[in-house]
Amino acid sequence: MAPRTPGADLPEHPDWLWSSPDPKGSYDAVVVGGGGHGLATAYYLAKNHGMTDIAVLEKGWLAGGNMARNTTIIRSNYLWDQSAGLYEHSLKLWEGLEDELDYPLLFSQRGVLNLAHSLQDVRDSVRRVNANRLNGIDAEWLDPGQVAEICPIIDTSENLRYPVMGATWQPRAGIAKHDHVAWGFARALDRMGVDIIQNCEVTGFERVGDRVIGVETTRGPIRAGKVAMAAAGHSSVLADTLGLRLPVQSHPLQALVSELLEPVHPTVVMSNAVHVYVSQAHKGELVLGAGIDTYNSYSQRGAFHTIERQMAAAVELFPMFARAHVLRTWGGVVDVTPDASAIVGLTPFEGLYVNCGWGTGGFKATPGVGWCFAHTIANDSPHPLNAPFSLDRFTTGALVDEHGASGVAH
Amino acid sequence: MMLIPCPWCGLRDEIEFHYGGQAGVAYPQDPQAVSDQDWAEFLFFRDNPRGEFAERWLHAAGCRRWFGLRRDTVTNRVLDRDDTRTVAQ
Repeated sequence: MAPRTPGADLPEHPDWLWSSPDPKGSYDAVVVGGGGHGLATAYYLAKNHGMTDIAVLEKGWLAGGNMARNTTIIRSNYLWDQSAGLYEHSLKLWEGLEDELDYPLLFSQRGVLNLAHSLQDVRDSVRRVNANRLNGIDAEWLDPGQVAEICPIIDTSENLRYPVMGATWQPRAGIAKHDHVAWGFARALDRMGVDIIQNCEVTGFERVGDRVIGVETTRGPIRAGKVAMAAAGHSSVLADTLGLRLPVQSHPLQALVSELLEPVHPTVVMSNAVHVYVSQAHKGELVLGAGIDTYNSYSQRGAFHTIERQMAAAVELFPMFARAHVLRTWGGVVDVTPDASAIVGLTPFEGLYVNCGWGTGGFKATPGVGWCFAHTIANDSPHPLNAPFSLDRFTTGALVDEHGASGVAH
Repeated sequence: MMLIPCPWCGLRDEIEFHYGGQAGVAYPQDPQAVSDQDWAEFLFFRDNPRGEFAERWLHAAGCRRWFGLRRDTVTNRVLDRDDTRTVAQ
């Protein structure tokens, strides 16, 4: 028998989860950005508000930006009521999302530990636990012994430069498989008749006076009754074409994974003070992230010293990680606001809605913000949960200051 | 890691520097007369271009002096030192 070319007998391509139609000339609404937030927004526009004549416009491939680059952590243990409301709404939606989308998201509520390394950390953490409980969010304060029980591989001895003095614990927090989340939403959208259009970059807006009536794209102009921006790190580039200034700065945010390892890490661990966050993906990689590179950049890459610093923190906390090898590092472009909270709501332009400024922490909010942003778009008025996150808070001064208050590595 | 040209010390590694953001953001001339909108602009709104950006850096681990650069935010290429914003001290 003649030898066969390797790969010649591959099975048929599985069924596509969504179709890729050509864009129509007009829609009731278009969502700019086919990442998690854009897809979730379109999903709830269709499901909660009956709007199915809509399109999601993605400049690259579906969920190939920050949705493919985040560290998949989901939690709702934020300090301030406004944040707690939005993120807890999101977490509750996560808890039913696999059933709702009828798609495996590998949603795993393995809990999150936010470590405290100084007396001030301890005070802030206990305060946050109390604030969380008042908001109906599961939260506990753990001493170092209890931390070791939950995650035995953390060095909880007093030998560290910054010893672990305790941690907050949110048992309902966890991780999900980011790609599956995007695919689950996309499949559901396709079934509801929503157009998902890839390789379609929005380059500007069509407007009449102060009303936005459509978008200009690399695949031609598209009219739309409503235009919803969910363009993450490129939001201000888009808004600039209208002369609309957004209070965001775009930075590289890097993350990395180790080679595949046996299950060693049972939960999610975040440390603000030594600054690293770590979980272990279902497949076995340790997934690590930390802070942004300091300078503005759209390069989707950062500097190695940023990686080096977070690796040093990880090895300090988890001595056994010194034996692990880095498999891959990457960067995404995140848009950071002055108060480390997102901007979700109306704009000075009629028919234009903005969702941006999620900085380093947007993944966990995916279903929650989709729900609220869809409400905002459909009703021309913010949902109560996203009303505090309006663009005009920077003028009124009603900031939602989550910097340093929430375990803010996101 | 970027190599950044300090006007006084020459090319140095990025880790020696502290980033100062957009250049040329002036404190309001008459703070008492500034509207809420203008305060918001001064405090919170900065340009965020994809491409050429005039920005400030501090050589924190070197001469500890501020200077200006023009950099491309897509390629991270330093286009030139912006000596109009570099004040000798």
